[in-house]
Amino acid sequence: MMQTANSMKKRWWKILAILLIGYTITAGLLADVPRLPILNETIRVLHFHVPMWFGMFMLLATSVVYSVKYLRKPTQQNDLFASEFANTGILFGILGVTSGSLWAKFAWGTFWTSDPKLNGAAIALLIYFAYLILRGSFDDEQRRARISAIYNIFAFATLVPLLFILPRMTDSLHPGNGGNPGFNSYDMDSNLRMVFYPAVIGWTLLGVWLTSLRIRLNIIKQHTDERFEENLLRTRNHAMADDH
Amino acid sequence: MLWKEIMLLLRKEVVLEWRQRYALNGILLYVVSAVFVCYLSFNLQSGRLQVVTWNALFWIIMLFAAVNAVAKSFVQERAGRAIYYYTVASPQGIILSKIIYNTLLLLLLATICLLVYIVVMGNPIQNGGLFALNLLLGAAGFSVTLTMVSSIASKANNHSSLMAILGFPVIIPILLMVIKVSKNALDGLALSVSYDEMIILVAINAIVIALSYILFPYLWRT
Repeated sequence: MMQTANSMKKRWWKILAILLIGYTITAGLLADVPRLPILNETIRVLHFHVPMWFGMFMLLATSVVYSVKYLRKPTQQNDLFASEFANTGILFGILGVTSGSLWAKFAWGTFWTSDPKLNGAAIALLIYFAYLILRGSFDDEQRRARISAIYNIFAFATLVPLLFILPRMTDSLHPGNGGNPGFNSYDMDSNLRMVFYPAVIGWTLLGVWLTSLRIRLNIIKQHTDERFEENLLRTRNHAMADDH
Repeated sequence: MLWKEIMLLLRKEVVLEWRQRYALNGILLYVVSAVFVCYLSFNLQSGRLQVVTWNALFWIIMLFAAVNAVAKSFVQERAGRAIYYYTVASPQGIILSKIIYNTLLLLLLATICLLVYIVVMGNPIQNGGLFALNLLLGAAGFSVTLTMVSSIASKANNHSSLMAILGFPVIIPILLMVIKVSKNALDGLALSVSYDEMIILVAINAIVIALSYILFPYLWRT
């Protein structure tokens, strides 16, 4: 009884994530949406496209926090957290670009246009693909952890002006153009907002959940690897003892 | 104290570069031949290039030349000598002196690139002062970002391709601003039109210098 209560306490956010995403999918597809020219029913993608960017930015920011933590206290765990949060952030980024590209096809008539937000998103993905390649090009684990942490912090800091300052200076097809990197509070009516805000929280929680699963998987893999090596060593020692 | 150290290291860089002139000459020849290849590829009479194309092409040539020029500041440094300097100097001194040195190198590179470029492609620049100021800011921006990227790439296994992969996306904000101001200079707009872009450029440079100053000691310890 105590155990279930304890695990409930730990798992409430996962249940919340499921509930919020369930609500997002049903309400997002069924609830009333404002009838706007051009956008029409495609406005429903809002609940699946925009939260990806919120999620991506929060996950990448968390990844940077763990990179800073790694430089202050180099533990394997901090490195693992930084890399897995970045991985999920990249997944969200890819989903955001794909959903946005589909939406653009129906709303603006093309899959890709030269819009500061589209280009910013593409560059953000390029930076984090480079991060993955950098991680792959080391043999030594500590070296990899330290140098990719440094690149992560460095790249994130240059990403911030790209995503939050440059879009303010140019016109954009996105709402809230020329002055606002996100959107203005009066861009959405209250019906949309009722679904949109829960959607942001739900998708972000799902991202954290995915990350925690990958982290646990990695830790299990490390343990099995270690056990495998121990067994190998033990059988070899036995064999050598038998020889003597 | 730090300033004195930077000046000493800077002088060491210049003296070393001057002794092995083949590296410097190599990168200068790289720029000149890049410009000439572009000129032949467009197959144009001088001065027929549209202003937008002229501008973009110039900065792309500069970008590639800068990546190649700055890459050697860490990647091509001999391991033994690097260890010696790292034992006698502070990491902050090393990174700041490298940034200043690379800025000077890129300025030289940009000047020569611009001269050759104007000779073969024509000269549409209408506001020379703004263009020169922008060249200075651009050289500094390229230098600060690429120096740090070069030091990161030099620690990895396949550093030559990593230098471009890591550097290009990070340098894009600077490149965008520089190209915008440069276009204003080509169109002969007054200095005050470009204030916003130039302030952002200076701000990005300041952020990157501060980051390099904080992060390089960690990199140096590996």
